Amino acid sequence: MKKTGLFLSLVLATSTFLGACGTTKETGEKDTAEKKENKFKVGMVTDTGGVDDKSFNQSAWEGMQRLGKEEGLEEGKGYKYLQSNSDSEYVPNLTTFAEGGYNLTYGIGFLLADHVGTVAKQYPNQQFAIVDSVVEGDNVTSITFKEHQGSFLVGVLAALNTKTNKVGFIGGVKSDLISKFEVGFRAGVKSVNPKVEIISQYADSFVDTAKGTSIASAMYGQKVDIIYHAAGNVGNGVFTEAKNRAKKGEKVWVIGVDRDQHNEGMPENVTLTSMVKRVDNAVFEVSKKALDGTLKGGEIVEFGLEEKGVGIAPTTSNLQEGQVDKVKEYEEKILSGEIKVPSSEKEYTEFEKTLK
Amino acid sequence: MSKISTNFTNILIPVFAALMGLLFGALIMLFSGYDPVLGYTALFEGMFGTPRAFGETIRAMTPLILAGIAVGFAFRTGLFNIGVEGQALVGWLAAVWVGVALDLPKPLHVTIAIVVAAIAGALWGFIPGLLKGRFGVNEVIVTIMLNYTALYLTSYLIKRYIFAGNEKSENIKESASLQSPWLSEQFGFSRIHYGIFIALLMAIVMWYILEKTTLGYELRSVGFNKHASQYAGMNVNNNIMYSMMISGGFAGIAGSMEGLGTFGNMTALTHFTGIGFDGIAVSLLGGNTAIGIVVSALLFGGLNSAAPSMNFNADVPSELVRIIIALIIFFVASSYVIKYVISKYSKEDK
Repeated sequence: MKKTGLFLSLVLATSTFLGACGTTKETGEKDTAEKKENKFKVGMVTDTGGVDDKSFNQSAWEGMQRLGKEEGLEEGKGYKYLQSNSDSEYVPNLTTFAEGGYNLTYGIGFLLADHVGTVAKQYPNQQFAIVDSVVEGDNVTSITFKEHQGSFLVGVLAALNTKTNKVGFIGGVKSDLISKFEVGFRAGVKSVNPKVEIISQYADSFVDTAKGTSIASAMYGQKVDIIYHAAGNVGNGVFTEAKNRAKKGEKVWVIGVDRDQHNEGMPENVTLTSMVKRVDNAVFEVSKKALDGTLKGGEIVEFGLEEKGVGIAPTTSNLQEGQVDKVKEYEEKILSGEIKVPSSEKEYTEFEKTLK
Repeated sequence: MSKISTNFTNILIPVFAALMGLLFGALIMLFSGYDPVLGYTALFEGMFGTPRAFGETIRAMTPLILAGIAVGFAFRTGLFNIGVEGQALVGWLAAVWVGVALDLPKPLHVTIAIVVAAIAGALWGFIPGLLKGRFGVNEVIVTIMLNYTALYLTSYLIKRYIFAGNEKSENIKESASLQSPWLSEQFGFSRIHYGIFIALLMAIVMWYILEKTTLGYELRSVGFNKHASQYAGMNVNNNIMYSMMISGGFAGIAGSMEGLGTFGNMTALTHFTGIGFDGIAVSLLGGNTAIGIVVSALLFGGLNSAAPSMNFNADVPSELVRIIIALIIFFVASSYVIKYVISKYSKEDK
């Protein structure tokens, strides 16, 4: 008997909700009508890390939000993101934007490179952009960063702050791109103090947080006191491990990547500094060009120290006095060409010879 | 009479589960401040609304059919193959490898690539089959572990031997491709490929093996009752191995669909594709029957491929689709409650 009652109430609930749905339909149609009126539209497709990866997807989205604020675009209509939950969604997501008449569509991350190329060819009248990779095509803007320069600067800070003379690097998936981080970091450390030992390890993933924790645990166990990570979501696991150790009174640091990751280290305060890669600046500037109608496409735009595309995080509360000046010193040396930061293993071998 | 009513119940339960999943999905949308009608309209449009959307739905359902029959086949013979994901990855790599390395005329090249994928998947299924058949090791645990082995092994092999940069393998040769510009054009330049016909053919093969062959009869019998089958003179251990290998073979073909059809290469993956796990859901919803699996693969493939369009047009986060899928599985799993209610009602009618 009880079950019959339950069943009935379910049926009732269904009809109520279905009734409620009927009334909302009109507003829905209006929405789509407005969408067509809007002139400039810019979209981005995340990689599988997702828009809240506390890293470059999020940074790109922040850039887009800033653009929206300054140019009076509305979220969901003027600018929008689509998250990719698996590799097979890259193409449909990119196509969705193109079909929706978006003027400029970003593929965030080198994993989308081929897909951006394919879709851009199918929609030659719209602009596309790829972050962290180079794609050929008259309507594709390739955005790359000189991560090695930024990594060099945090390497300097790591060498200045390590007490154990051992620092660590955790990379996501081994590739030319992540090598730039590792090599730049090593060069920075060795430039300040050649005696500091650097342990590097790759997680073979950008999403496996647990793996970040276990690698960090092993590194801190080997007396490493500062870890620089370039591993997307894996880095969040590094923060977890560092915070756990900080709670027990150990003094360990993490150097964040892509964004100012100061907040990720709170409340235990384990973020020494971060290598910021201003994907937001790049997205903002390229979008603005597109908005003004000056975006040519088919170009490679490189953001380095000079373009304020990379650097150390604005939060410097955990650095010792004078260290920021020291970073500035190195920054100027890089800008003047006195130091040529290596960007690959090969260049690093050359660089190492000039050290002594 | 009773036969008809069981058949009816068997169809009713998945339909009921799917409807309940969608209904509760609507409630969740409503409570989180989204418009369910707009959401479902966008979802439906994204599944079938345009030729391209329909093409993408078919593209998404192709590997799901095969993963579904892989799970369903094992399930019908009393085995729980959680390793479809790993077997599919192995098959994917094998197919791509053949596609890259060999140089053959078109129909032969594709066929060989698919056959090799099936063999690779079957070998990957043979390991848990052997362990279960000979030593009684639980196949669930072995297949779960082999998923990870397959994930990292394929990733390593790609990077070591057929790496083309950007975390991808080299592209397969044109002669090994299932893609067809003509077919794609009919469906608004979507990524639909000939694999759908292979998937449907394999669904028939599954039905044929299980229902029309002695082997299938024995396999099902082992699934029903191991001891009785042994007493009746069947070789239970061998049957377990055959079943896992056939299941793995289907899974391997599922992987080859991605390699030869959708992508034309293989990414050095760092996380699972989800095909194998969705296959479990597809098979469950389809009642482990060939026709049921094809229908539920259409639903799940459509849901997956339409999620971005729902997000895009109705601003409903695409995660909602995962919630709906989870709810559907939940209602299928709780089907015994529904069966109970139905049987009670039909008794009252009399």
